[in-house]
Amino acid sequence: MAEIVPLTEAVRELVRDGDVVALEGFTHLIPHAAGHELIRQRRRDLTLVRMTPDVVYDQLIGMGCARKLIFSWGGNPGVGSLHRLRDAVEHDWPSPLELEEHSHAGMAAGYAAGAANFPFGLVRGYEGTDLAEQTRVGWVSCPFTGERVAAVPAIRPDVGIVHAQRADEAGNVQLWGISGVQKEVVLGSSRSIVTVEEIVPELEPRPDAVLLPAWTITAVSPAPGGAHPSYAHGYYDRDNAFYVAWDEIGRDRDRFRDWMQRHVLDTADVTEYRSLLAARETSPV
Amino acid sequence: MTVDAPTYTADELMAVTAARRLSDGAVCFVGIGLPSRAANLARATHAPNCVLIYESGAIGAKPRHLPLSIGDGELAETADAVVSVPEIFTYWLQGGWIDVGFLGAAQIDRHGNLNSTVIGDYDEPKVRLPGAGGAPEIASWCRETFVMLRQTPRTFVERLDFLTTVGHQAAGGGGAGVTCVVTDLGVLEPTPGTGELRLTELFPNVTADDARGATGWDLQVADDLETVSPPSAGELEALRALVPANEETVAP
Repeated sequence: MAEIVPLTEAVRELVRDGDVVALEGFTHLIPHAAGHELIRQRRRDLTLVRMTPDVVYDQLIGMGCARKLIFSWGGNPGVGSLHRLRDAVEHDWPSPLELEEHSHAGMAAGYAAGAANFPFGLVRGYEGTDLAEQTRVGWVSCPFTGERVAAVPAIRPDVGIVHAQRADEAGNVQLWGISGVQKEVVLGSSRSIVTVEEIVPELEPRPDAVLLPAWTITAVSPAPGGAHPSYAHGYYDRDNAFYVAWDEIGRDRDRFRDWMQRHVLDTADVTEYRSLLAARETSPV
Repeated sequence: MTVDAPTYTADELMAVTAARRLSDGAVCFVGIGLPSRAANLARATHAPNCVLIYESGAIGAKPRHLPLSIGDGELAETADAVVSVPEIFTYWLQGGWIDVGFLGAAQIDRHGNLNSTVIGDYDEPKVRLPGAGGAPEIASWCRETFVMLRQTPRTFVERLDFLTTVGHQAAGGGGAGVTCVVTDLGVLEPTPGTGELRLTELFPNVTADDARGATGWDLQVADDLETVSPPSAGELEALRALVPANEETVAP
């Protein structure tokens, strides 16, 4: 049953060094505040899982939190490279990063299998690619037709972390808009943290919203603005300028570390981080 | 008095060339950048019933501005429906409902195979690229796949550094694979029978030798090589009205 606790406490209690941690969000509701808390608490040797690692994974990798990355597309959407991810892979800075990579369809099948408690997911793909040689993929035969189908391991993280619009005081979570693989990651993880824009006395039912009942979640933590620079549908828009500015910040090791020191390590939480950014409103740099 | 022909960029003609190939009502799986411009241009001009599907799960999106990411709120706001990511890749893509998929890449070979993973050796890469994303299954399962890619000897290569996406129809899926490559010099299409990409159309003021010089393999040229007509004033106006969302919001 979900406990409503501050994010600092949720991360301290639930995320351990060496864990397999998935912070999911497919361009929407990306749990930046939770990622920053992992960095503040100096988690190490994490295996990070995410279909689309973007800025917050660049930050986690550049700050030395990760040992391995399981992913399907690692870039700054619409902008270009993730320079910290590239530096880790190309030059082992700040430490070597092991990669396990899939296609989006492969990752999605792995998450769905994790949620469904299957040992593997199925994809009609990987055949003929070099990806098949580099990643964890196997082959099974259809028992009815003999057709060869690719199998990918189920994704069952130690900790699944997502951001959502709101929760009620009992810890039931409501999430809407582009929902990615958020439901799958929460249901498929041993422990879960959901950060939310707000906690309301009562959830109004919304057709088509994803509902994560309190009994599927370990901790719910308020983190208003916690998806920035991504967006929270119905609350705030994507900060496209930030993604563009990140290209410059992330490109240089010293500038990156300085930015992380001032904006993450020297701030106590998402509220301080947001006020610092707001104070520099002409530029996120 | 003569009227000067409108001036345009190679990117604009690439978007126009791809857009013209989309028929009204075509169901398109769209990525960000040039593909999104092309598909939205088609919807704004000759193909108002073109259906745009973004891999974030937005089905039937009708963005008023070009999105910067494939999951912008604008796409969810204007979509007929938003489904989860596992669903978009299984029921909709692998299920065979998509007519045209769009892809880019860092490298392409003569068979239309694509690399978006690494330049150099996989374990010691010179450049680590973003990776596969949706590309392998898009090329397998869309009825046709259009590739949009600037043409240079570094991108049009004899041998890929990494084969991320099988481009020819033997990909094992239900589609025809890569049926058209739109570059900044012209259009390449598979040769019937062999499947090898050959030059079938040239942009104005570009020669077949220019295209050969920008290709890392011995590029074959169709006998009936055609010239792409420049963008019409209407096409350019519609294209330029699709201002990317970020151009309004980027801080100086």
